[in-house]
Amino acid sequence: MLEKPLETAETKYFTFAHPPDDLKLEYGEKLGPITLAYETYGELNQQKSNAILVAHALSGDAHAAGFRKGDVTPGWWDNLIGPGKGIDTNKYFVICSNVIGGCRGSTGPSSLNPKTMQPYGLDFPIITIGDMVNAQRHLIDHLGIERLLTVIGGSMGGMQVLQWMVSYPDRIRSAIPIATTMKHTPQQIAFNEVGRQAIMADPNWKKGRYYGSAAPAKGLAVARMIGHITYMSDVSMAKKFGRKIRTEKEPRKFGAEFEVEGYLHYRGDNFVQRFDANSYLYITKAIDYFNILNGTNLSDIFKDLKAKVLVIAFKSDWLYPAYQSQEIVKACKLAGVDATYCEINSTYGHDAFLLEIEEEADLIEHFLSTVSNGNRNGG
Amino acid sequence: MSQQPTKIEHQVIMNWIEQAASVLDLGCGDGELLTRLIEEKQVRAQGIEISEQSIHRCVAQGLSVFQEDIDTGLAEYADKSFDYVILNQTFQQVKKPDFVLEEALRVGKKTIVGFPNFVHYKARFQLFFRGKVPVTPSLPYEWYDTPNLHFLSIADFREYCKKRDITIEQSAFVAKNKKIRLLPNLLAEIGLFLLTK
Repeated sequence: MLEKPLETAETKYFTFAHPPDDLKLEYGEKLGPITLAYETYGELNQQKSNAILVAHALSGDAHAAGFRKGDVTPGWWDNLIGPGKGIDTNKYFVICSNVIGGCRGSTGPSSLNPKTMQPYGLDFPIITIGDMVNAQRHLIDHLGIERLLTVIGGSMGGMQVLQWMVSYPDRIRSAIPIATTMKHTPQQIAFNEVGRQAIMADPNWKKGRYYGSAAPAKGLAVARMIGHITYMSDVSMAKKFGRKIRTEKEPRKFGAEFEVEGYLHYRGDNFVQRFDANSYLYITKAIDYFNILNGTNLSDIFKDLKAKVLVIAFKSDWLYPAYQSQEIVKACKLAGVDATYCEINSTYGHDAFLLEIEEEADLIEHFLSTVSNGNRNGG
Repeated sequence: MSQQPTKIEHQVIMNWIEQAASVLDLGCGDGELLTRLIEEKQVRAQGIEISEQSIHRCVAQGLSVFQEDIDTGLAEYADKSFDYVILNQTFQQVKKPDFVLEEALRVGKKTIVGFPNFVHYKARFQLFFRGKVPVTPSLPYEWYDTPNLHFLSIADFREYCKKRDITIEQSAFVAKNKKIRLLPNLLAEIGLFLLTK
């Protein structure tokens, strides 16, 4: 029998930007009020100097670690965050919030539009990574934290880290961007576009007005399947599935014969239970728009940054290849930022940031203790 | 990347480096030298190292390191952006020592190079009388698994510096973990040079 997990987490909510003080979005529109779902783990110390902000990826949420009431599986980065783990909650106060545009408790296209009392749908404004980070900054203000010990995240979470480094350099003592990029490339945009087209081609999508009726589940599942292919590597798929055939009770022509097909179907079907198709459209678009340089020279982008930086990439990640992390490192060097770069040997592909935990946790743990003990590096 | 460095080598380098200087160590290994430099000379240190395992050890000691191949150069660093660039026991291991040293001299106000002397008398003996590629305390590897790609002597290096207009500000020679002065090209296992250009 499985032991009932200890209840260690609870999702909380913070609402701000009440009209007329709506949040001004990067593309000129306004959004308000905004609710952020967030969780915290560990205790904030008296000096409020031990706070770590964790930024989640495309399909993540505020539930990064531990078990909430009724949970059977822990948060999405539970192998990294917890007592005695890489991010030790006995030492640090960890915050994770669902991004705006999301569907896991924060304001997004499936939330009620106060003007119409209907779900926003496509009336929800276009949001950017910059807007997500701006909202997080409001949460950090609300929690009374002047400077974060670090902000950390992988993939889209890493983009938020880069945004913090550029938008609020004085509010962070360090930053850990993982398996990420300074701007989305055509190949990365292309994969996202195929996902969006799958959703919009689903007859249930109805230009985003499907709330209260059947959701575009098939389209969203296909989008997720494409995503999953890009998160794995050739080697990790071969290891996990090989060419193994599933035994089905009633074999169908073009049914899911291969293990890998079954896995993708399972992942797709699983995803539609917990994710909103419109959120998928909005968030992937925010990722595609992301370009932290946005006309600024590589040598100027981090020129105001005093924070210490740890950049991590994974060798088999072909969705966010190591060369993109090396660009971040280049910018750090050009700006004279105190930085470390490690390319972890892993076969997991992009998913490695969630799976290749031992090496990653080792780097993060030591890096955090260097930062929190005061940088020993002279100068 | 670097072979087990002797303590006296580190002592020589420590003595050459000024208090609170900025230091870039190319091929910093597990970060032993940089750690000492931070503790004893309060330098601002940055390491570059190709091995992932070594990166982990450096980070565990609180060092800032980049996992990179120094053969690809130091393009992002401005001219003279470090007080010292160190190439200790890595100079003979890179693919293009000429290019790497040129880059080090460009980026560093001063450059420190340390390498094993291939024509130490023990090596000469093995080569001449036994007809074998030498294996000595400073050249401890067999021919089939050596990280050393280039074999040079102290005389070779001096000649090279002259040809390239590199100034040798200081030099030190080591044998059996002691500093020596006499006949370094014959008796030194390791040569260390403080260079400017």
